Amino acid sequence: MTTTTATPSSGAPSGLREILTNTDPRRRRTDRTMKVLIYAAFAIAMIPLVSVLWTVVSKGIGHLNSYFLLHSMRGVFGGMDAGGIYHAIIGTLLITLWATVISVPIGLMVAVYLVEYGRGRLARAVTFFVDVMTGIPSIVAGLFAYALFALFFGPGVRMGIAGSVALSVLMIPVVVRSSEEMLRLVPNELREAALALAVPKWLVTVRVVLRTAVAGIVTGITIAVARIIGETAPLLVTVGVADSINYNMVDGRMMTLPVYIYRQFQQGLVPCSPTATNCVPTINFDRAWSAALVLIIIVMLLNLVGRLITRLFAPKSR
Amino acid sequence: MTSTQTPAAPRSERPGPGPESAPPRAKKKRAYKAPADRGANRLFRWAATGAGAFILVVLAAVAVFLIVKAWPAISMPTDELAAQVSALHGSSLLAYIGPLVFGTVLAAALALLFATPVAMGIALFTSHYAPRRIASALGYVVDLLAAIPSVVYGLWGATVLVNVVKPLWLWLNTHLSWIPFFGGEASPTGRVVLSVAIVLAVMILPIITAVSREVFLQAPRLHEEAALALGATRWEMIRMAVLPFARSGVISAAMLGLGRALGETMAVVMILSPGATYSFLLLVAGKHNTIAANIASQFPEANPIGVSTLIATGLALFVITLAVNMAARAIVARRKDFSGAN
Repeated sequence: MTTTTATPSSGAPSGLREILTNTDPRRRRTDRTMKVLIYAAFAIAMIPLVSVLWTVVSKGIGHLNSYFLLHSMRGVFGGMDAGGIYHAIIGTLLITLWATVISVPIGLMVAVYLVEYGRGRLARAVTFFVDVMTGIPSIVAGLFAYALFALFFGPGVRMGIAGSVALSVLMIPVVVRSSEEMLRLVPNELREAALALAVPKWLVTVRVVLRTAVAGIVTGITIAVARIIGETAPLLVTVGVADSINYNMVDGRMMTLPVYIYRQFQQGLVPCSPTATNCVPTINFDRAWSAALVLIIIVMLLNLVGRLITRLFAPKSR
Repeated sequence: MTSTQTPAAPRSERPGPGPESAPPRAKKKRAYKAPADRGANRLFRWAATGAGAFILVVLAAVAVFLIVKAWPAISMPTDELAAQVSALHGSSLLAYIGPLVFGTVLAAALALLFATPVAMGIALFTSHYAPRRIASALGYVVDLLAAIPSVVYGLWGATVLVNVVKPLWLWLNTHLSWIPFFGGEASPTGRVVLSVAIVLAVMILPIITAVSREVFLQAPRLHEEAALALGATRWEMIRMAVLPFARSGVISAAMLGLGRALGETMAVVMILSPGATYSFLLLVAGKHNTIAANIASQFPEANPIGVSTLIATGLALFVITLAVNMAARAIVARRKDFSGAN
């Protein structure tokens, strides 16, 4: 043993390694097998990702044009080759915008509380329940928003703002976690320097801490938006479905992109009579795939923009 | 007390007598509130604390509102409820929820069974096998799976995946029907709980992978190097130094994934042909349904008391996921640097 390790030549350690690992060939075999399995696991995960993206792009690209993007489904029936997603895009943008307006101030203040003020039992409880809240099923969030609004507006209520409330229940914990992480990265020296200049603490938090962390916070918010923009179930129970454009958040049903996809899928194949001229049997699926393509493009863009913001605007000193 | 209310700026420069005369407890409290907890400062602190408390209020409100809205269905006598809600088919509320809970747990458990080994493999791949330089990029590719909306997974599952797995299920049914799970009359459409479980597994893969990867990366470096120095192969090093360290983290990661799978709605609605039985026949259509999928499909056409019934099932789902998540978080709380939200 000592003689082997004492040899100064560079080949010796690897020789020792050979001896230690090669005495039992079964161990080598196990090692190789596990390596193959682990590489295979990664490959397996890539199959659905590639398959989903490929299917959506190949099936969705054909029907995607400016007409599709700029028209609603009003007056579209049967298998006629018309109709688009304008109303759904409007609905998704409005509902997501309001969900963001609700979630960001609350989420940000909770993060500020946890980082700057949080001590003791309340802070621990908040941390724990924010984590628990990330696990609330989206449909339960939808039922909660429905129950809340049904209490004030009577049963059967459907309005855009209820959807925003449902989505913000899902969005707040994500904003809290990501902002909290960013605020914790702000060096304490900055806070101390500002406090030493007799700047009041709230101003230090707003002008120094939040200002320093703003890139990371914006990234977190963008990714949170990307996460909720694809939510279907809560909107299905709170906002419902519509065929026309509705800009009013507090009155009546609205259409959203995910719900639109589900709706078109549900309507399925259209029975066309052989004499019909303007009838495409698969029109509903075509619309669903194209809407899915638009939705995925939006989500991927949000993810990409979010990551670019951090890369471009992150504070240089760590 | 008086000194905290009038801490004019020049006076706070000589805090000599204050801390000395005060007992240690008060001193600590003063230090936390200093130097000037009034005006905008106090307002801001209250706003922040209020926001923190608001989180707890929201979570409580979710439970309260669900209970309030579900109460008419829960408190109503069985026969009266069955008369008003056709979906019950004359049975009691519990008999209605039972198969739904069973289907939910079955689909989620199967998804977990498929996803956990693969997720651990991917996590190990990105933490210990892939070249350092591209490891984080590969991790990001796996995270893309989480970015795809569930309704798109549903669309894909119902039109593409179902056709791919259909021959496989029929093969399992003809050749392995002596295994109880694969018995019965296999569905010719492939819209069965096993297909759903595969889509759910894909959907929960990213969260299990992300949490496991963090835990694997935290494994003590010196233990790994010591194992390698003693002649362990890479796999032996992982088995002896990484996996024992990561066991609790992986368990909680799996439970987080389970929580996600339990609440997943759209993929199930769009793929599964529903039914309501306690059946382990995984290849037979019309046997299972999940709570979330049932709500999504029944809700638009339900009458008020029917809505109340559905919210009662939603309450059951909420309680189940809350229990699973809290258990997972309690385990993961010891390593609080990561959670599913980041």
